Amino acid sequence: MGFSQSFFAARFGFTERDLEAYLSEALSSGGEYADLYFEYLATSSIGIDEGIVKSASQGVELGVGVRVLTGERTGYAYSDDLSPEKIRKAARVAARIARGPSAAVKTGFEEARKHNLYPVLRGTHETGLAERVDLVKRADAAARAADARVFQVQARYADSLREVLIASSDGRLSYDRQPMARFNVSVLAREGDGVPQPGHSGGGGRVAIDYFLGEKSPESFACEAVRQAIVQLDAVASPAGEMTVVLGPGWPGILLHEAVGHGLEADFNRKGVSAFSGRIGQQVASPLCTVIDDGAIGQRRGSLNVDDEGTPTQRNVLIENGILRGYLHDQLAARLMKSRSTGSGRRESYQHIPMPRMTNTFMLAGQSDPQEIIRSVPKGVYCTSFGGGSVDITSGNFVFTATESYLIEDGKITRPLRGASLIGNGPEALKYVSMVGNDLQLDQGIGICSKEGQHIPVGVGIPTVKIDRMTVGGTAA
Amino acid sequence: MNQLEQWARDAVARALQSGATAAEATVAEGEEFSAGVRMREVESLKQAGSRGAGIRVLIGRNTGSSYTSDLSPKGMEEMVRSALDLAGVTTEDPHAGLPDPEELGAFSEPLSLHDPAIGELDTDWKIEQARRAEDVALSADARIQNSEGASFESYAGTRAFANSSGFSGSYRTSSCGLSVVPVAKDENGAMERDYWSTSSRKASGVESAEEVGRRAAERVLRRLNPRKVATQKVPVIFEPRTARALLGELFDAVNGGAIYRHASFLTGTLGEKVASEELTVVDDGTLPGLFGSSPFDDEGVRSRRTVVIDKGVLRSYLLNTYCARKLGLKTTGNASRGLGGNAGVGNGNFYIEAGQLSEQALLGQVRQGLYVTELIGATANSVTGDYSSGAAGLWIENGDLAYPVSEITIAGNLKQMLLEVSGVASNLEFRGAIASPTIMIQEMTVSGR
Repeated sequence: MGFSQSFFAARFGFTERDLEAYLSEALSSGGEYADLYFEYLATSSIGIDEGIVKSASQGVELGVGVRVLTGERTGYAYSDDLSPEKIRKAARVAARIARGPSAAVKTGFEEARKHNLYPVLRGTHETGLAERVDLVKRADAAARAADARVFQVQARYADSLREVLIASSDGRLSYDRQPMARFNVSVLAREGDGVPQPGHSGGGGRVAIDYFLGEKSPESFACEAVRQAIVQLDAVASPAGEMTVVLGPGWPGILLHEAVGHGLEADFNRKGVSAFSGRIGQQVASPLCTVIDDGAIGQRRGSLNVDDEGTPTQRNVLIENGILRGYLHDQLAARLMKSRSTGSGRRESYQHIPMPRMTNTFMLAGQSDPQEIIRSVPKGVYCTSFGGGSVDITSGNFVFTATESYLIEDGKITRPLRGASLIGNGPEALKYVSMVGNDLQLDQGIGICSKEGQHIPVGVGIPTVKIDRMTVGGTAA
Repeated sequence: MNQLEQWARDAVARALQSGATAAEATVAEGEEFSAGVRMREVESLKQAGSRGAGIRVLIGRNTGSSYTSDLSPKGMEEMVRSALDLAGVTTEDPHAGLPDPEELGAFSEPLSLHDPAIGELDTDWKIEQARRAEDVALSADARIQNSEGASFESYAGTRAFANSSGFSGSYRTSSCGLSVVPVAKDENGAMERDYWSTSSRKASGVESAEEVGRRAAERVLRRLNPRKVATQKVPVIFEPRTARALLGELFDAVNGGAIYRHASFLTGTLGEKVASEELTVVDDGTLPGLFGSSPFDDEGVRSRRTVVIDKGVLRSYLLNTYCARKLGLKTTGNASRGLGGNAGVGNGNFYIEAGQLSEQALLGQVRQGLYVTELIGATANSVTGDYSSGAAGLWIENGDLAYPVSEITIAGNLKQMLLEVSGVASNLEFRGAIASPTIMIQEMTVSGR
């Protein structure tokens, strides 16, 4: 597909000359670099609650963001009206704090080499409504049939299709069609008149509705949510204090996202405000740990053919055998740190300024048998699922809360725990990793990362990992 | 009537003509500005406006919703058609519908939610405020040599709503705010950051740049050289900033949506003692000039004051029309939504009433305990009440703030914590829609070494 057949050219009649003219306007007051980010987003969601399909919603959003860079300065403006005069006005507003000589806009765009990670079979608004209703009804029925103790079920299917067009003054042009779909099930279960316990499950990625018609069926998510709730019915209060922690494979990779990933985003390091600042080449984890951020994995939730600045995504090694190797760069950080963008420039929408962000962050598999890892722990906590996490990148302290965890006693998984949270310090925590399993799994596709008020989809992954010392926050002191 | 309100009415009329039996529409527009300064240099400037519309239609008791950023006649027509299509595939819900007509209307007194002076603030002046605040923080102490920057932000917008029961209305809001995030380093090179921020619906309501810079510096300096305390059960005092976050968890537990699904530990406790007598919690959408105020909620129901907990007794849940019908109660005017979709439940100004004691007097009651200044990754399970969070703060020894602590967690159960609120200070300030004075919880588990 050439530019003239791309969404924005076909629908709004944009030509390459138009884009060059807007970029010239953006650089009219000075500045070294300008870019345009056009976005069209179509969304749809449908939800069932108490067995009733109560909510169904669709929407469309459209706009363009214009950015001008001068040294460390960023000027930004956007418009939800794509008429030439409104785009030019946004360009002039973005130019307001520019200074110095203007860079020339390179004429004749070169299209970015890009991946084809998520071919779009059917667009969001192209599938039948009845098909989507059927998915949530199936989940509702499956959850209720799975266990008589289930008394509330909510299921939601949401998908979107984003069309983007990105043009920059250094002559790069890219366009992409980015699907996203997600299925979620939440249940409540209780034993007699006992305290209800919640269970949640979900998954998806850069896929369309067809993804949920196979193995990742509504029934599979429903049964997983029920399983979690039922496990919690017998849970006891979590212990508190320092102990051995074993993370199960998959979603617990959120630990890497919080403990390591954010602290390696180049904006924080350029400013010297991260606990990882100035530590490239140093040992920050046990030699068993190799941590990767890879935005170029097919169909993953955190993947992109090109990032939101038009740079092709790639596989970035963050930590190699325990040694800190590199940061995640966007265009601005790469310019200022005399480096190259790692394809990590991301933004929530055309209304937001891009910044260095993660894509899919995971640890490579090791040698250990997961069963052997559990057997090696006399007393500790085994965490298999987490709610959310957070990090203070300056001190390096991070926290996350387990939604499913178990006590390990004498090498055996014994009782389920409730209310366990983990706290640690980024550059220190992974030094205590003493065993890494051979069972790397990526998560099901539910991650949302928030930074400076911008929410974007991400993925994580990890094999079974044993951490010899970590603080567990429970109530059973 | 302004243009937005007219658009909302037109969308409702169009929906009725196209086959809806009832409809409600929201149209909103806003303009945002932000200026960022770092290490005394301008770092970013952002300015733009946008608008959008959303509609919810009913065909009998079936609901469909849609939204768009395209307010042209064609865009609005597509929006209405999309919502009607969706109403064709949802299930009949006996409780779905618009509010009872007598609930509709606007709070009659002026609420002072918009200040025209905010739109007239000079860009250079705004940048200067951020620069001053950061400069004051950077100049405060030799240990503060770095910063994540300072910013000045402002916003002005209009929200209009109309429904097919004959209600329509609109109101303008504005806000502006200043914040700074200094970074301090101890003699071993370990860093800490903290922030101070101020915001107001009025241009004249924000604290001075000097005050913002000074308080941010004071906060970050007192965090340096933290210790990690041993695991133990102690009294925990939440300063207003962290108490407010804790109160946000209580909001989730009195949210009518959680109540009717039995997804709150407060389900079925109306009229019962659920908290210590020290605790009175109010939701009030009618306090002039505050962030949680509005003349009507997001389904056109008049805003009001609701006592949620009165001296420890649960008096009311917070409800929109749907939750109220599910529970056989009346709406409390707490409907909340973006542009389209079914309404959820949101807070007005949701706050803990001030007590009698000074914060100092509360501290004086504690021999060994934790004064929490930051919560990281707080998680509350509103079904069971289980609560845990990463925390940083100051250790209390014999009534005094002795030394900083970090890399610890605090844990408890909200149900128990409410009953164990053993002190509420007098220092209530509205710095956002959720507000609390300093509060003390008699015992929580602090997990550390």
